[in-house]
Amino acid sequence: MTDATMIDRDDEAQFGDYFALLKPRVMSLVVFTAFVGLMVAPVQVHPMIGFCAVLFIAVGAGASGALNMWWDADIDAVMNRTRKRPIPAGKVTPQEALGLGLGLSGLAVVMLALSTNLVAGALLAFTIFFYAVIYSMWLKRSTPHNIVIGGAAGAFPPMIGWVAATGSVSLEAVLMFTLIFMWTPPHFWALALFLKKDYNNAGVPMLTVTHGRRVTRAHILAYTVILAPLAVWLGFTQIGGPVYLTVAVLANAWFVKGAVDIFRRDETMAEGDSYKTEKAFFQFSLLYLFLHFLALLADAALRGFGVI
Amino acid sequence: MAIKAEHELHKRRLSRNVGVGLVLVAFVAIIFGLTVVKVKQLGAVQGFDHVVRPELVPAAKDEK
Repeated sequence: MTDATMIDRDDEAQFGDYFALLKPRVMSLVVFTAFVGLMVAPVQVHPMIGFCAVLFIAVGAGASGALNMWWDADIDAVMNRTRKRPIPAGKVTPQEALGLGLGLSGLAVVMLALSTNLVAGALLAFTIFFYAVIYSMWLKRSTPHNIVIGGAAGAFPPMIGWVAATGSVSLEAVLMFTLIFMWTPPHFWALALFLKKDYNNAGVPMLTVTHGRRVTRAHILAYTVILAPLAVWLGFTQIGGPVYLTVAVLANAWFVKGAVDIFRRDETMAEGDSYKTEKAFFQFSLLYLFLHFLALLADAALRGFGVI
Repeated sequence: MAIKAEHELHKRRLSRNVGVGLVLVAFVAIIFGLTVVKVKQLGAVQGFDHVVRPELVPAAKDEK
């Protein structure tokens, strides 16, 4: 009898386990970037509508996280970093995660479209589809460029925030997208350089495994060098300002220098100081993205007060 | 086994049920707030506006 087996379970899923399916840490980044995208847009949005837009973008991101956990439960069970997630831990069944993911996806898309506009809703729907189907189901296990594709999904939130306010995509929205899109590969490949065992065991084709670590180091440098001018370019659009330009120039100079350092090192050197440079680059990459979006917000505030 | 009004299962599920309940209440509050804002943004809306109101038609006003 199904009921009897459920009563016997000690580790019954609590509310927090379902919340964990939505990847709260990823969601916090989505909330922040979507909020910035919305605030820097040249259109005034009513605070309640702005709140709803950010909330439903975050719910949509959470829903795609649940769908990703449903599909990737077999990989998550093998990797140290992810083995305590609700499905591999046995707390939530894959079917429940699928149901939650699909239900919240529909809710988020419909509610975003109703509270802002259809284009924003459609863009959110595409983002969820892109992350769950194109990235998780298709490309993650078949190409070492999976990180590049996955980065696109993470890059959509500020663009959706912008579209929620303005109703259309513009150069500024595309550049905010590009900033996260080009930032993701060096960020993750730096992580892959010092967390090599995890991905090997899971059988996910990481660039470090398929093409070797030399090629990965070169790729980190290549993406960083392309990223830097694009990040600075955003400073010359209507949403840029003195704060953003200062931050962008300094942060990108550091980032390119870090990437050059990584490129110049080989495995013997890296193992000698237990991946010190790679770890520093990875940690700075988190700060890098945060600072860029914070600076955009600061310039928007300065414009709001009439200072610039 | 005697049927108890409150099974131990209910206690274990309490946090889940309270959580879902709070989320639903919050959702209702958000929809209500959003509705108020959306309706206010429409500008001058009169009750019974499916009937033609002469005072809302600019041309009719000018003719007076």
